[in-house]
Amino acid sequence: MSIDSVFVHKMWNDNELSKMVKGGVPFAMLSDGGGKVGSIFGVYDEDAGVETRGRFIIDPDGVIQGYEVLTPPVGRNVNESIRQIQAFQVVRNSKGTEATPSGWKPGKMTLKPGPDLVGKVWEVWKTKMAFD
Amino acid sequence: MAKEIKAGCARPTGGPVGEKKKKAPAKEESVIEEVRSMIKVGQKAPDFTAPAYHKGKFVSVQLSEYLGKWVVLCFYPGDFTFV
Repeated sequence: MSIDSVFVHKMWNDNELSKMVKGGVPFAMLSDGGGKVGSIFGVYDEDAGVETRGRFIIDPDGVIQGYEVLTPPVGRNVNESIRQIQAFQVVRNSKGTEATPSGWKPGKMTLKPGPDLVGKVWEVWKTKMAFD
Repeated sequence: MAKEIKAGCARPTGGPVGEKKKKAPAKEESVIEEVRSMIKVGQKAPDFTAPAYHKGKFVSVQLSEYLGKWVVLCFYPGDFTFV
């Protein structure tokens, strides 16, 4: 979503993005002229008249599980966004009985918070697991 | 899912969906503005509609149409910018 019109979205997709992604952008390119939606999400920069680089993960119930906002010159890390969605899906599928520790990715161990785990995380989870 | 819209000369716009903001005394207005743009994790995303370009068509998209699915909503400064 940006403040550009749908016509400019079409030109950008047809003339540039379709040369990067075969078949063009697969998802909807939303237009927010005036920044009304961006203002509600806290990402519209009124001084510059554009939207900052905000990314919101919204679950199937419509609840915002996470967000990240960057200033324009630095691009996103798509892999990190996907990792976060996978982590939120694991938590959701476990109905909140599991939690994903720092550095978790699919296939790595999760934690099962409860009275038995209090003060014992150091036994099952090692600091180096945050980095591998 | 998304309604197709006609491409006309008027530039289509979207906006928030739901109750209109109630008129409040002028002195309280700035406070309401502040609360309105507060986004918190663990709370519902505000619903909105927006015109969009999707696979060769101009459509109208409403966030709540995606209930039941995971959604990634991305904002960016502008088309043809570099990053």
